[in-house]
Amino acid sequence: MTAIPMPQPTTPWTLPRRGPVGILLFILAESSIFAVFVAAYLFYIGRSLTGPTPREVLQFPVVMTVCLLSSSLTIHLATRALRNGALGRFLRYWLATVLLGAGFLAGTAREWHELIAEHHLTISTNLFGSTYYALVGLHASHVIAGMVMLLIVAAFGLAGRIRPVHVERADVISIYWHFVDVVWIVVVTVVYVIGR
Amino acid sequence: MTTTRFPIAAPAEESTPSVFDRLHEWVITVDHKRLGIMYIVFALGFLVIGGLEATLIRLQLAVPDNHVVSAQTFNTLFTMHGTTMVFLVGMPILAGFANYLVPLQIGTRDLAFPRLNSFAFWVTCFGGLLLYSSFLTAPALFGGAAAPDVGWFGYAPLTEPTYSRGNATDYWVIGLIIVGFGSIAGAVNIATTILTMRTKGMTLGRMPLFTWITLVVQCMILVAVSPLTAALILLLLDRGLGAHFFDTQAGGSAVLWQHFFWIFGHPEVYVLMLPGFGFLSEIIPVFSRKVIFGYPVMVAATVAIGFISLGVWAHHMFSVGMSPAANTYFAIATGLVGVPTGIKLFNWIGTMWGGRIQLRTPMLFAIAVLVQFLIAGITGVMLSVVPFDWQLTDTYFVVAHFHFVLVGSLLFAIFAAVYYWYPKATGRMLSERLGKWHFWLFLVGFNLTFIPQHFAGMLGMPRRVYTFLPERGLEIWNLASSIGVAFQLAGVACFVWNLIRSYRRGAVAGNDPWDAWTLEWATSSPPPAYNFAELPVVGSRRPLWDLKHPEDPDWQYE
Amino acid sequence: MLSIALQATDTVSSIFAPVSTPAVKEADLAKMVLVLSAVVFVVVAGLVAYSVVRFRAGRGEQGTEPPQVYGSAQVEAAWTVIPIIIVIVLVLATGRVIHEVQAAPEPPNAVRVTVVGRQWWWEIRYPELGVVTANELHVPVSDSAHRQPTFLTLESADVAHSFWVPRVAGKTDLIPNKTNRMWVEPHQPGTYLGQCAEYCGTQHAHMLLRVVAEPPEQFARWVEQQRQNAAAVPADSAAAAGRRVFLGTACISCHTVGGTVATGRYGPDLTHLMSRETIGAGVAPNTRDRLRAWVRNPDDLKHGVLMPAMQLDDEQLDQLVEYLLTLR
Repeated sequence: MTAIPMPQPTTPWTLPRRGPVGILLFILAESSIFAVFVAAYLFYIGRSLTGPTPREVLQFPVVMTVCLLSSSLTIHLATRALRNGALGRFLRYWLATVLLGAGFLAGTAREWHELIAEHHLTISTNLFGSTYYALVGLHASHVIAGMVMLLIVAAFGLAGRIRPVHVERADVISIYWHFVDVVWIVVVTVVYVIGR
Repeated sequence: MTTTRFPIAAPAEESTPSVFDRLHEWVITVDHKRLGIMYIVFALGFLVIGGLEATLIRLQLAVPDNHVVSAQTFNTLFTMHGTTMVFLVGMPILAGFANYLVPLQIGTRDLAFPRLNSFAFWVTCFGGLLLYSSFLTAPALFGGAAAPDVGWFGYAPLTEPTYSRGNATDYWVIGLIIVGFGSIAGAVNIATTILTMRTKGMTLGRMPLFTWITLVVQCMILVAVSPLTAALILLLLDRGLGAHFFDTQAGGSAVLWQHFFWIFGHPEVYVLMLPGFGFLSEIIPVFSRKVIFGYPVMVAATVAIGFISLGVWAHHMFSVGMSPAANTYFAIATGLVGVPTGIKLFNWIGTMWGGRIQLRTPMLFAIAVLVQFLIAGITGVMLSVVPFDWQLTDTYFVVAHFHFVLVGSLLFAIFAAVYYWYPKATGRMLSERLGKWHFWLFLVGFNLTFIPQHFAGMLGMPRRVYTFLPERGLEIWNLASSIGVAFQLAGVACFVWNLIRSYRRGAVAGNDPWDAWTLEWATSSPPPAYNFAELPVVGSRRPLWDLKHPEDPDWQYE
Repeated sequence: MLSIALQATDTVSSIFAPVSTPAVKEADLAKMVLVLSAVVFVVVAGLVAYSVVRFRAGRGEQGTEPPQVYGSAQVEAAWTVIPIIIVIVLVLATGRVIHEVQAAPEPPNAVRVTVVGRQWWWEIRYPELGVVTANELHVPVSDSAHRQPTFLTLESADVAHSFWVPRVAGKTDLIPNKTNRMWVEPHQPGTYLGQCAEYCGTQHAHMLLRVVAEPPEQFARWVEQQRQNAAAVPADSAAAAGRRVFLGTACISCHTVGGTVATGRYGPDLTHLMSRETIGAGVAPNTRDRLRAWVRNPDDLKHGVLMPAMQLDDEQLDQLVEYLLTLR
């Protein structure tokens, strides 16, 4: 194109980076999905016709919550380490995140086992069962998806292949992981505080 | 330095790629232009299938007490017709246009995530084929159809296992979940591209209106398609695992499904219509030889529609038994969303006013949209008047209204867009003669089919009925409506023939056959894989106008 | 042409030929909206037509560009403000009629009816009057001096349905696990036709409805007659044989006939079957021959219907029909 006489911009032309914008938009969509599950949960509180009630079978998940929220801190520290070139520290914090995430999932598994085997609460028992397993299950599936991504990065990390230049990709996963945590806070409030 | 020990074979002769090679190229492509074309071809294929479903529907309803198809088959036909047209025609064809045009219009080389682009297309393809495979599976229990027959909005508890036995409804649910993933992936991709990859000098305020509208639409998709995906998952839990979300026998709520569905469903119709407005906002200025009238307000109106449309959903539910306060709120919100929509119509008229209008085929379709959308908007306002809606909802009046939106406005706008951008994508012009035949045949057919339906609705004919009784005053309207189909089929036949024939025999288009002003016309037709030899720098909303009129550039007036 | 097209006859159910208060209010509002819409259409479509004709490119104008107009604050303000005013007017009128219809008080002398929607027929009960019938809603005509509207409670036994008799009222849905209310108030006697207006499965198209508005004395007589148990059947008649067939076959598990052991609730109450104009929720007229065809195999008349064929032979069928004909 030939040059067109036009007003020259005074500031340099910079636009946001693709990775973080993409993951934030994805999180917008995911939030809408969770919002519907939460709305269904809130709507059906107290409306089960039969079966165990939340108060009878639920206990506030202290350990699980501590695990997951700490993992947000460790992943933040991991990406900061990577940005500063501290590869060893990055790997240690990243693996800590993986472990804490696994701890959360183990806690969920234990809780569900108790609910099903001892309290006979399944997704088809009553409205509480349906909404509980749906919402907590949706969140847990997102934790699992996050764990898959964390493990892939961990594998690359253990093989010594990660460099500071990859920090933006780690950032994207980290933003997703923080989202999963925020959703957990909402789930805990709705299910274990309001719902009981 | 080592020397090789074995003789290296000379490179193979340059041979023309075989059919398989070419097919392979298309299957593995991540090029936004190719994927855009694939989306459009996919959608046009389903347009024909959905049109055949509609043809059967109108054949059955041409006369009262007809026996062209059984009740069961009819119920499957209207379900699949609606589902196909919304999810397998509307969404993909608009995704295709956005895919093709956005990088060209913002002066970049591809979308932000090319592999995600390919994923989104193939996932959409898979979902559509899964849905249609239901026609081939064995019939369900108790005579239930194998293909879904629950209506395109699948109200509960009709969709619960008790009332929808067998797997027909499961194909519907799972097919739509999968197609929804495609839409969301595409939306993330296109929105990220617009926000992060515009060429130097193209501030948000200098983007072409089609791109602006696309940005708003993609954000709406993120927020609106997700509730549908969520509701479908809940329904799948009901059907597959015995949950009770919409199981009224266990205390579940049928109305909750309606709320969730329409929280998706209403923004969805704007997701479908707004890109059509985007097409008009590009085409009308070029064929009036005038800049769009009121660009800033057009952008503001689009954003306003985006937000307000999220708050009007229950105007689809006025007969459900909501309180007077709720009914009144939704009437107000619905009336409000009509204001920015009307403003756009006036801005297009303002663009034509004082122009030098060229009545080429794209412009013919665009002008038809103006009048047909006016009618659609007016009947929409009628439906927002709640007590009037209590008579009109769930009748053929509503069917007429939304076909005026989706066919009379959106499909006509899509036709305009195809005639306008086909030269860019293929390097050939479509035939004006065939285009005019297409236009007039389809114009007559569309209006003959859908204007009478307003009257059928006001005379007591509800929706989704496989037959109607004689002596109810409905015969003439239904017969006229069915006759219109013949004209529409003829028009579409002209269109398809035009597309095929012009590919080889159309006049060569050159870069800029319409003397237009946005960046896609600054490169060759078709563009090279890398789009632009040198990424452009822009200083106004119409960079090519500035180039062609250096003595009077746009940036002096914006 | 519009009014000719929309004129109601006995069998045409135009929303613009209302006979009952809610329908009248809705039609009046609708007419006002139609007039306003017509004005808007003429003005805007006129502008489109005018601009296409007036500003069409002439022969000599190819290759030149007209003056480029980027916008106009005054014009844009005008066409923003005017639509907002129109919306405000519509919303005010809408709000008023919503209130008049939805929040109408229920007078103590109102007739109270419970309508239960079922696939694909209407169960109609008058709890205070002790009447149970199906598919035909009888109501007294109301006059302005002594108003007697009928208030309906709407429920569903299975999926969502919608009660729509255009000349009598706007539609209200019948939704399982939810109770809705509506009211009707016909001013002139007659039979008004309607049908289900929410897709409810295979035979949604044949879930037809009749509202029979009668002068108060006639309504009272109808109520009295409906409260009676089934008429006695002369012994040794074909009808008596038919009664034995009825009571001995599984008919009684779905149907009720007052005064007999048949107390089934799944299908329509048959005690006064012959007092109704149609069978199968409007799919066929209530004549001997159609009745026989229906009982022989309901699926022939209404494919997908939930009533099974009872595999009766010809003799049993004839006798049964004789019996049914006594259920007036």
